Amino acid sequence: MAEEFAIDVEGLRTQFGTQVVHDDLSLKVRKGEVIGIVGGSGTGKSVLLRTIVGLNRPAAGRIKVLGKELAQQDEAARRETEQRWGILFQDGALFSSLTVAENVQVPYREHLEMPKHLMDELAVLKVRLAGLPVEAAAKYPSELSGGMRKRAGLARALALDPDLLFLDEPTAGLDPIGAAAFDTLVRELQQALGLTVFLVTHDLDTLYATCDRIAVLADKHVILTGTIEDMMASDHPWITEYFKGPRGRSARAAQGKG
Amino acid sequence: MSDAASFITEERAGRFTFRAMGDWTIRHAAAVDAALAAVSVRKARGREVTFDLSRIGRLDTAGAFLLERTAQQFADQGLAAEFEGLPDEFAALFKTVRESAATPPEEMHDRRSFPVQIAAKVGDTLMAAGSEARGITGYLGLFLEAMWRAVKAPSRLRLVPLVHHMEKVGFDALPIVCLINFLIGAVVAQQGAAQLRQFGADVYTVNLVAIIFLREVGILLTAIIVAGRSGSAFTAEIGSMKMREEIDAIRTLGLDPVDMLIVPRVLALVLTLPILTFIADIMGLLGGMVAVMALLDTSPGVFIVRLKEAADFWTFGVGILKAPFMALIIALIGCYGGMKVTGSAESVGRETTQSVVKAIFMVIILDAFFAMFFTAVGI
Repeated sequence: MAEEFAIDVEGLRTQFGTQVVHDDLSLKVRKGEVIGIVGGSGTGKSVLLRTIVGLNRPAAGRIKVLGKELAQQDEAARRETEQRWGILFQDGALFSSLTVAENVQVPYREHLEMPKHLMDELAVLKVRLAGLPVEAAAKYPSELSGGMRKRAGLARALALDPDLLFLDEPTAGLDPIGAAAFDTLVRELQQALGLTVFLVTHDLDTLYATCDRIAVLADKHVILTGTIEDMMASDHPWITEYFKGPRGRSARAAQGKG
Repeated sequence: MSDAASFITEERAGRFTFRAMGDWTIRHAAAVDAALAAVSVRKARGREVTFDLSRIGRLDTAGAFLLERTAQQFADQGLAAEFEGLPDEFAALFKTVRESAATPPEEMHDRRSFPVQIAAKVGDTLMAAGSEARGITGYLGLFLEAMWRAVKAPSRLRLVPLVHHMEKVGFDALPIVCLINFLIGAVVAQQGAAQLRQFGADVYTVNLVAIIFLREVGILLTAIIVAGRSGSAFTAEIGSMKMREEIDAIRTLGLDPVDMLIVPRVLALVLTLPILTFIADIMGLLGGMVAVMALLDTSPGVFIVRLKEAADFWTFGVGILKAPFMALIIALIGCYGGMKVTGSAESVGRETTQSVVKAIFMVIILDAFFAMFFTAVGI
């Protein structure tokens, strides 16, 4: 398995009816990096994520995830690939009728044959990895706060020890302290577990704190991919406004790079 | 593509070595977990314990956890295990897993014995029924209190929502109430006529239809339809408002959710169910009349004459008198269910189902009580 890119999108075109969201979009995500996807509202950041994981059908183009082209695979091979990634949806998307531990155990029950005690031990491990107290394992999602639900969602995304982690606006709706803690957590887990992280976000602090590279979505395709420095060097009006605006400056100052 | 995780243990001259090999990943976790159970920690007593990890191919959190857990078992026996040959790339993973290891909390599983669980379940159910009854009685009190306030200051009564709900629970229910009562009326007459004909008493079919419909079936059918239609709607409407914190918003705006949401709904049902029942009675009798005319070859005039002999005012009164009480219980159960909804969308669904079941159950219980009451007073 010597593929260089964890995600390789080429010439992607997505449309709903007559509304074209992406046109000739190309994006390469290297293995082991954290890539942040930014863009104004309605530029299709979340749609891109959903298309890559196969929840939307692209109108044209080629998407290779972990070296395999999903559209070309049969059902069984697809399932196999799907087990190699974890997804954290915006509000966690936890199953509300199951406890946090049971949520984490869903993929174990479905995909692996595992004794009960081991499932419990691993579920608790994931819950702790995601930065939740042990007691949270026995709770139902409705008993958790928004930030804890996100962490629980992360625990479920990590259940099968994925190679690739998709995060959809992980810090949206969290308080600054919680958001910063989540950023640190993502970075630590990424380094400890050797994950590739595909991060959709609005949060400039998250970009500075966690991302190796950033891809900017505008005009239906990726207009620039690169590091923060590359962003600062760009003279594209949207990028300038985004990274050099007041919020961009303060986020930069917070990271001690200003 | 990958080697299964495995391990060997060696004992040599005061040294116990645990050598892990292959891919220690989640796919192999179950197999290696079973094998690990057979490792006898005691055998290592008094020796130096070493974990040789240099031959591990791949490692993930599950694998690291299993290794860590095994090392902990040695540590529990007072044997400090030493890790050797851990590839650098796994060091951070190991550290993270070690920091996150924890025992599952007690409350994750019910460890009580089966009979105890059954007893606890029965107890919980009874307690829940008790608190439910208390809750609904409480809402009855709130409703009556709000009504009393409305009597003192009629302007408090919200007429527009009241009329709106009367239209929704009453007028909009007319087609289905009419159709069902008409059909059941015809079916009762047809079945009754077939039986009574054997005694040559088929003309009493009219008595059968009249008494059964006016006293029992008209109100019961209508109440059950309304419980299914409107009781559930009350729970779903109020419940989704509760879920989206709209009820809290009402409170913080200095308004009373009982006045705004519950009184119009309960009052609308109390006012319309008797009317619906009246119409249901007529439709049932009409259905019976059509069936009697077809089967017994009589005219409508004969049916009406027989009807006058069979039923007096109280035959009808007994039925219609039950309507407001049934309306009250259906509406209160519906509103109470809605107010009981908590944060999740799932609880709206659960409470809605629950309130329909409870409302229908209570309608039938109430009907049985009324039957006993009317027998006791002799009408």
